[in-house]
Amino acid sequence: MSVSILSKIRESGILAGWATRLALLILLLIALMATFAPWLGTVDPTLLDPSIRLQGPSAEHWLGTDALGRDLYSRIVYGARVSFVVGFGVLAVTAVFGVFFGSVSGYFPAADAVIMRVMDGIMAIPGILLAIALVAVSGASLMTVLIAIAIPEIPRMTRLVRGVILSVRSEPYVEAALTLGTPTHTILIKHMFPNTFAPLIVQGTYVFASAVLLEAILSFLGAGIPPEIPSWGNIVAEGRKFFQLVPGPVLYPGLFLSITILSINLLGDALRDALDPKLAARL
Amino acid sequence: MPDPHTPPHRPGTSGQPDVVLRVEDLVITTTGPSPRRLVDGLSFALAAGETLCIVGESGSGKSLTSFAIMGLLPPDALKVHSGRIVLEGRNLLELSQAELRKLRAVRMSMVFQEPMTSLNPVQRVGDQIAEVIHLHEPGCSKADSRARVLKMLEDVGLPDPPRIHASYPHELSGGQRQRIMIAMALILEPRLLIADEPTTALDVTTQKQILSLIKDLQRARGTSVIFVTHDFGVVADIADRILVMRRGELIETGTRDAILSRPANDYTRALIASVPSIHPPARAPHAGQTLLTMRNLSKTYDLGGLLSKRRQVHALKGVSLDIARDEVVGIVGESGSGKSTLARSIIGLIEPSGGEILLDGQALAGRCARRGIIEKRRIQIVFQDPFRSLNPRARIGESLTEGLRNAGVDPAEARQRVIRMLSLVGLDAEVLDRYPHQFSGGQRQRLCLARAIVMEPDILIADESVSALDVLVQEQVLELLMDIKRRTHVAIIFITHDLRVAAQISDRIIVMQHGRIVEMGDPVAVISHPQQDYTRELIGSAPGLHWDFKNFRAYA
Repeated sequence: MSVSILSKIRESGILAGWATRLALLILLLIALMATFAPWLGTVDPTLLDPSIRLQGPSAEHWLGTDALGRDLYSRIVYGARVSFVVGFGVLAVTAVFGVFFGSVSGYFPAADAVIMRVMDGIMAIPGILLAIALVAVSGASLMTVLIAIAIPEIPRMTRLVRGVILSVRSEPYVEAALTLGTPTHTILIKHMFPNTFAPLIVQGTYVFASAVLLEAILSFLGAGIPPEIPSWGNIVAEGRKFFQLVPGPVLYPGLFLSITILSINLLGDALRDALDPKLAARL
Repeated sequence: MPDPHTPPHRPGTSGQPDVVLRVEDLVITTTGPSPRRLVDGLSFALAAGETLCIVGESGSGKSLTSFAIMGLLPPDALKVHSGRIVLEGRNLLELSQAELRKLRAVRMSMVFQEPMTSLNPVQRVGDQIAEVIHLHEPGCSKADSRARVLKMLEDVGLPDPPRIHASYPHELSGGQRQRIMIAMALILEPRLLIADEPTTALDVTTQKQILSLIKDLQRARGTSVIFVTHDFGVVADIADRILVMRRGELIETGTRDAILSRPANDYTRALIASVPSIHPPARAPHAGQTLLTMRNLSKTYDLGGLLSKRRQVHALKGVSLDIARDEVVGIVGESGSGKSTLARSIIGLIEPSGGEILLDGQALAGRCARRGIIEKRRIQIVFQDPFRSLNPRARIGESLTEGLRNAGVDPAEARQRVIRMLSLVGLDAEVLDRYPHQFSGGQRQRLCLARAIVMEPDILIADESVSALDVLVQEQVLELLMDIKRRTHVAIIFITHDLRVAAQISDRIIVMQHGRIVEMGDPVAVISHPQQDYTRELIGSAPGLHWDFKNFRAYA
């Protein structure tokens, strides 16, 4: 499956547009930056030295220092790690639960009513407030933040998977499998799931972007991960007070955040255009 | 030697025949790096008041030709490479889009296959027809255009024109919608009407009405009609001249009688000869032990929710039927007759609301999931749409061995059995490693047949299995089906809307209407001496009844 999807993506020419290629390049660079953080000329991001606080860019501190004298450049580079971990983590959690609930909901009408009403309930609560409430209840740590961000995203995934399952359920080849005696779980796994891969990939990119942004917002509001761990959100939060003095702590993480999310969304758009039904039918 | 490309001189007219449309060396290619020729050098002419039928299989280029005439080819995919299309003396290919727009609906018009998707679902049909008037005659007052639309609705045979004028498309039947399309096309009295398979999606009784409507309007207004179709029965009834296309090329053209009785080209001969005769062959009455019994089978759907009236649809009403071993039962009927519901109830995809199904005296569970594995093996089905009947992501080998593997057969052994079955359907073992999209419709249908037959069923249900196939392929698949029946003695329940096919292969014909069996019996009896009015109507509506295609002549 993965081989045929990747080769189809390559063949389809979605990577032909310069915007898409640029987006992919940027994401790759930021991912590399996050992975190889210790070797990119950074120092310990938690090392404080109040005597050199709020300095502008210099030879020693490439982007200056923040309010507690920590090297801004290092904090931003390490902050990328948090964003990617949260992004992928939320993606994984949402995908697993979304696929599970979506399939059950799509295939068993009795379960459908119950599951959909629960999902409606979750969707009725604004995502950020829900996330803040969950973090407040269970304390701030990377894991909690991850789950708190994932929960508001699950209903969207569920609906997506449910929609695909519902439409595939009436396809003649699924009916043929039924008449040939194929058990329910095999029908779900062999005949129905593969149809969800394309929409899942596209939706996945949007979930990733959303997660990165949500984490930054939570950290900015002080409801996110503990402040010792650098995250683009909490760098901006701390830098807010001294923005007029030293704009760096607000501008640079904000810039990285914007570019990352823009790139992810561009990639998602390109994938969505490429994996449209005509191509998806052949995937 | 008369030039087959120009229409014959009409007696009673002076001088040249009045040529409305002349197509010269039309070549349509794909755009892009390596263009393919989809229509290659097509030439023909059309006289005033004449009906030209363009026939061909899928991929012949007949629909592309009609789109090219109207200027409707999708510009990012197709283009006219060379040639001329001359309508009343003007070369359409040299006109700008604005000039073409002025000609559409005024001098030339088109009616498409699917009336539901051709009409705007959120606009009343009367307004849609009036829109055509207002686009080309902006000075026409609302009162005048309303009067013209009402007159047109009357001309197309719609009852109660004011009510229809105010209706939305979904409130009308398929036949009524197609009449609306015809009204829209003819309201400004164009000289040319192009009809692209306008009756293919309609029931055969409705088709007869629409065809005679087009004929009447044509005679009254002197319109020339290009009728694109794959159905030779329709051609025999309405054509003045026939044009045969194959893979983008003009194969043959001539008057209707000339082509149907003396086709010069082998391909044309094969096409015409493959049309099944409506008269069934004489058969010995089938004697066999009863295998499947249906008693008082009924299926009711409860429709309507919070916002619409609750109503019940009775898809099946008390159907009782016996199927004997090794028998071919043809079930015919129009849409809504319940024939597909019956088939799906037998196989267990639909749970009946009442009645029972007995296999060898044992009652079968409603849903096939609840039936035993042995019972499931004994009844198998082949569906209508070959393009959706195989999982596009699974290899053929996996799809075809699925049934046997579910029954506990060892995968290697299952593969061997499938390979043996493939030779029966005329395919190689190498197909097992390929994917469905690499095969044509006819080949896919053979694969689906193999998938069903490898289970060694006692009953095979063919639910409109050949309806989506081209007529030459259909002939091959039907022969294959009969061959399989001879070898394996499987009973076949053949569901179709095509009386000709049913007449040729059935031991017994069953006619259904509105969920009930209307008539049942030996094919010769049912077709030559129908007892019920509906059966008479159904047989009488079949197009091309008067023509004996296999022998290239009319019936005496």
